[in-house]
Amino acid sequence: MNLNAAAAELENNPQTAAGRTVYVYEAPVRLWHWLNALCILVLACSGYLIASPLSSTPGEASDHFLMGYIRFAHFAAAYLFAVAFLVRIYWAVVGNHNARELFYLPVTDAKWWAGLVRELRWYLFLEKQPYKYVGHNPMGHLFMFLFVTVAAVLMICTGFALYGEGAGLGSWQDRLFGWVIPLLGGSQATHSWHHLGMWGIVSFVILHVYAAVREDIMSRQTMINTMISGHRTFRD
Amino acid sequence: MTETFYDVLRRQGISRRSFLKFCSLTATSLGLGAAAAPRIAHAMETKPRTPVIWLEGLECTCCSESFIRSAHPLTKDVVLSMLSLDYHVTLMAAAGHQAEKQLDEIKKKYKGNYILAVEGNPPLNEDGMYCIEAGRPFIEILKETAADAKAVIAWGACASWGCVQAAKPNPTRATPIDKVISGKPIIKVPGCPPIAEVMTAVVTYMLTFDRLPELDRQGRPKMFYGQRIHDKCYRRPHFDAGQFVEAWDDDAARKGHCLYKMGCKGPTTYNACSTVRWNDGVSFPIQSGHGCIGCSEDGFWDKGSFYDRVTDIKQFGIEANADKVGGTAAAAAGAVVVAHAALTALKKAKKSDSAETVTGDK
Repeated sequence: MNLNAAAAELENNPQTAAGRTVYVYEAPVRLWHWLNALCILVLACSGYLIASPLSSTPGEASDHFLMGYIRFAHFAAAYLFAVAFLVRIYWAVVGNHNARELFYLPVTDAKWWAGLVRELRWYLFLEKQPYKYVGHNPMGHLFMFLFVTVAAVLMICTGFALYGEGAGLGSWQDRLFGWVIPLLGGSQATHSWHHLGMWGIVSFVILHVYAAVREDIMSRQTMINTMISGHRTFRD
Repeated sequence: MTETFYDVLRRQGISRRSFLKFCSLTATSLGLGAAAAPRIAHAMETKPRTPVIWLEGLECTCCSESFIRSAHPLTKDVVLSMLSLDYHVTLMAAAGHQAEKQLDEIKKKYKGNYILAVEGNPPLNEDGMYCIEAGRPFIEILKETAADAKAVIAWGACASWGCVQAAKPNPTRATPIDKVISGKPIIKVPGCPPIAEVMTAVVTYMLTFDRLPELDRQGRPKMFYGQRIHDKCYRRPHFDAGQFVEAWDDDAARKGHCLYKMGCKGPTTYNACSTVRWNDGVSFPIQSGHGCIGCSEDGFWDKGSFYDRVTDIKQFGIEANADKVGGTAAAAAGAVVVAHAALTALKKAKKSDSAETVTGDK
């Protein structure tokens, strides 16, 4: 299938006909999305404050537990993030087609590549309008895969490896994830990768929020509302 | 020769009372409890002494310097007498051909039964010519000696990880010993140098129990490298409270608050400094007001400044750390978004303008 044929097929997809409304994101997917957003917010802020602490507290050490509380917030949010991710993987298996999108890239699909090129051109102001998609457009799909799925796996692995250092040798965190530390060249290097991962996710969040708002205004389908109600309406 | 440790000790003029005290102390420092003391005593009285051959490659002798400062004089006597009897180029009385003859004899006589302790590492470039001992490259001597050893101890950061001579760009290709010795159990005792009591305890454990202590993933004895400096640091309450030294001469520094913001690498360093301490338990770097520099960690010379807890990332041309690179990426993403949004708004405004014009023309 060449790119033109792929484009034609995308344009004439009856599923995305004007005025049609499709149920895309099931409740667990939507719940996970917003929970994930909250976790990332708490994790990024508390993580930043662990690496670059606030100004020192005055008086006796026994009067304060500031770093303790910040670290607690980080670890609690991290557990929630990890458990939610596991449940999300389960839902990818039992949920609908759209729930699986985050976990694979259809690199053998010419249609997907055609859509990716079109989407890139759309963002470079070279196309008058983008294609319509029930789920993610290929560009969104690519970013989701890299900065949500892959990044989450990396952050969970490095994060629990670092947590295992405090939990101690022989703790389940150490037994499951401890191998990461020598692999990355030591504890300090693992910290550095964990920092880089955080900045990667923060950069993604900026682009993600912008793209969602922009697409909601500019594209031919609903975006933000879809992640709330689960339904996507095609405008033209 | 069936001389036991006990025989050696008595020969050195050590009383039985002191010997038993040493056994109790060793049992305690190894975390074995009171019941183990008689077992250690029995082992030292009856077991034939295992010879230790101590080789020195590319190194600075700081491991040996540390070793001879072991806090308990008894330990020092045991080990010193033992090593002077066998082979240690810095400490033994013999020199030149006599010394080399001694080495050959031990290797033959105790084939497969001696412990090889290695301080420093072999450089591999130019066929090992950067470290010549007794007219031969050190790498040859090391491989030969290791081949007939029962077990190998890697002393210090050099033998364990490579240390300063292996720091980038490592012109002599100095290589940690576990990369050149195969088929032998290797125990790593990293640090620059390792703590004296840790060294003597490891030797004592191996000689007494005739096996390696339990090791972690990276081959270090768990009992001394199982926790980070940070986990047992006496300044940890100041960390948890959020009380930090912000400058070397501030009030918090005088009060002994946490050195985290000064780049202390205690949170990323596995060693026993904060429990065993140095110089007969007198102090350790953090207690003296300076952060840990992470000398027992792999590649600690290549992990950026001693005063920075995040590694520099050299791939980005200029030296930058993860937070600078990441922060720049996030700022760039923000700038792209703003520019793109502005452009989008502009386009949209233009489009509605032209749409109005078209309508107007009708």
